[in-house]
Amino acid sequence: MLIDFHGEVSESRISEILGDVEKKLEATEEDFKKQRKVYNILVETLQNLYYHTDPFGGEELSDGEKKRVARFILGKAEDHYHVLAANYIDSDNIAPLKARLDKINALDKDGLRDYYKEVLDNGQYSVHGGGGLGMIDIARKSRNKLEYDFTEVNDDFGLYILKIKV
Amino acid sequence: MDPIKIEGTPKTPTVNFDAESGLLEIKGRSIPENAVEFYKPLVDWIGSYGDGAKDNTQVNIQLEYFNTSSSKCILDVFKKLESINGKTSITINWHYEEDDEDMLEAGEDYQAIINIPFKMIEMEEM
Repeated sequence: MLIDFHGEVSESRISEILGDVEKKLEATEEDFKKQRKVYNILVETLQNLYYHTDPFGGEELSDGEKKRVARFILGKAEDHYHVLAANYIDSDNIAPLKARLDKINALDKDGLRDYYKEVLDNGQYSVHGGGGLGMIDIARKSRNKLEYDFTEVNDDFGLYILKIKV
Repeated sequence: MDPIKIEGTPKTPTVNFDAESGLLEIKGRSIPENAVEFYKPLVDWIGSYGDGAKDNTQVNIQLEYFNTSSSKCILDVFKKLESINGKTSITINWHYEEDDEDMLEAGEDYQAIINIPFKMIEMEEM
């Protein structure tokens, strides 16, 4: 296990984890290509957690907002890296997210590349500017299908787990 | 016209835009949570540069990493360049490190969308 994080997803925590991950990869991964690929995928995964974790069950912060918590694991088994990201999301967001993941998983390498270019050039921006490219990029760079699971927590929230093999 | 000089940080690239020499460079890494804020002034600068630009403009892109929040912003930079490509003759030099297929593919994706000559430049080490 290289990293096992469970806690609040704030901008500073995400930056800290990325700094940690980069140092560990530089120290342990000799293949520079792989080092970059894994780091790139982790940047997207962690920034996804930062933007898309909804505040279920978290304690209240001083500004009245609820804490948003997530879990993130990076491990290495033989020659593959395994990334696991788990976070709570609003139930309303499950169906569209699942549809996106299924669409991505149905595409092969060239199909993903075309889809990436299409979304890149569609002129739409999300609040943080990525406009839906993150998951496509992760699938493209990992060269593996995205494994995911949704578990209903209550009427309002679900737990979303994403597993990526690199 | 004033140049843009920005020092790189762990999350944002080094930028040197110089109207005098017609050399525009973005180097390093671009992984900010919100890239729009960072790139907007660059796009605006290119808009003003179009009037009175040098005959030739060299654009050097030499990135180690960029996140998808930056992807669309980089496309915006290229689209703005495309819009002034009649006023100055632009070449985009897309650098990638030897064997970094992901970065080469990223450059080819922009090349497919943008109507400006791209040069793919393989480097031994950035």
